[in-house]
Amino acid sequence: MKRSADVVIIGAGVTGAALAYELARRGIRDVLIFERKFPCSGASGRCGGGIRQQFTTPHNIRLAMESVNRYETLSEELGVDIEFIQGGYLILAETEEEREAQRKAVALQNELGLPSRLLTPREAKEVLPLLDETTIVSATYCPTDAHANPFRVVEGYLTRARERGVVLEKFTEVVDLEVKEGRIVKVRTSRGDVAPGTVVNAAGAWSREIARMAGVELPNQPIRHEIAITEPVEFFMDVMVISIHNGIYFSQTKEGQIIGGIGDPEEKPGYNISSSLGFLRRYARELLRYVPALGQLSVLRQWAGLYDVTPDAQPVLGPTPGLENFIQANGYSGHGFMIAPAVARHLADYIEKGIVSEILEKLSLERFKEEIRGEAFVVG
Amino acid sequence: MNRRASPVTRHGTWDDPIVCRCEEVTLSEVVRAIREGYDTLEELKRKLRVGMGPCQGRTCLPLLARILSRETGRPLDEVMEEISIRPPLIPIPFDLWRGR
Repeated sequence: MKRSADVVIIGAGVTGAALAYELARRGIRDVLIFERKFPCSGASGRCGGGIRQQFTTPHNIRLAMESVNRYETLSEELGVDIEFIQGGYLILAETEEEREAQRKAVALQNELGLPSRLLTPREAKEVLPLLDETTIVSATYCPTDAHANPFRVVEGYLTRARERGVVLEKFTEVVDLEVKEGRIVKVRTSRGDVAPGTVVNAAGAWSREIARMAGVELPNQPIRHEIAITEPVEFFMDVMVISIHNGIYFSQTKEGQIIGGIGDPEEKPGYNISSSLGFLRRYARELLRYVPALGQLSVLRQWAGLYDVTPDAQPVLGPTPGLENFIQANGYSGHGFMIAPAVARHLADYIEKGIVSEILEKLSLERFKEEIRGEAFVVG
Repeated sequence: MNRRASPVTRHGTWDDPIVCRCEEVTLSEVVRAIREGYDTLEELKRKLRVGMGPCQGRTCLPLLARILSRETGRPLDEVMEEISIRPPLIPIPFDLWRGR
């Protein structure tokens, strides 16, 4: 194994893969990726594959818009069909409060240049003819939202990165980070030690554990999310549907399968990724309420993954205060796949040229200083 | 909602038989992927979709495990242990999950 590298990336999910590619493309090729299992074994390979821009904070909206811009031409750029389907996102609302929240979100999104709009139930049915429009009071729709296949995206990024010299060490676990005089000077792994230039923490739900090895506390919490996929049926929806009422999401893959899930507000933080019967029952109930025609469709498989959730549901990005060669690229709170191409660009700009973009500045770990102190009182 | 008809679209040959019938993946495709570095069953699934069709690997996973063991020299038991089994094992419609 290599004894040193300009950049050590911890985690071969979509963030690590996209960043490795972006760096290699710019000529920074001495890049080493450590992956505890194999590429896409964490959240990237377990997610629904949605690429949504309809967020409610300016940073999330901007990152997602930049990413869609990249995703639109990514198949061509990587030479891998990422199964990008730009059929928009339809977001359902069932109460007056939710409609009001949608109105505000659309106003902010439009201000930032996103072509989202508020729809009546009847207009929503035009977007998704199988929708039972009597279940909703309003919807929002953004035609440039999309979904894609995360396996193909990560495979494409890694293949092109490795061609340019990036080294992937899979089944290699980072076990410690040695800090000296405000820098990480050694990355200890299950297969040997490496002297890093820069270290990037892209370990998803395990990022908090990685950061602790360097004495850094992240406010991130792992939260299980369950998901299921059906047998394939004729292609009938290019739109991805979510509901702010119950947290359901579903879309149809290029293969014709319906992939989707639903959040559980009762879920406690932890590393449990077992599958539950309760999830399937709740998902089926809510899915069939919105789209009754799917009742005969069979579920093939269910699984779970971990969101890496921050207190404000925005990622932790950029250099770590007090440890300038330690870069955070985590805390995506369930949205990592959507924004990875943009995150990779911002982080590569910092690693290559030292540029701290406005996004990196605003999404730095620094922003939690007060909150972390507050939370410490609750826990302790 | 029409089930997508799944006609046989590819045929194996004597030298290069179909290994995964659901996703119609052949022996040579599996071997090529292993040699490219997709050398665990979980990685092969993600790369080739093998074992991810309606049979959920009941037909192909034992075959894949043997191929993988032969290609990598790792014991069959070790290769098999790495498979994650995912419910519900047989396809079950949403109507039944919802209940009445």
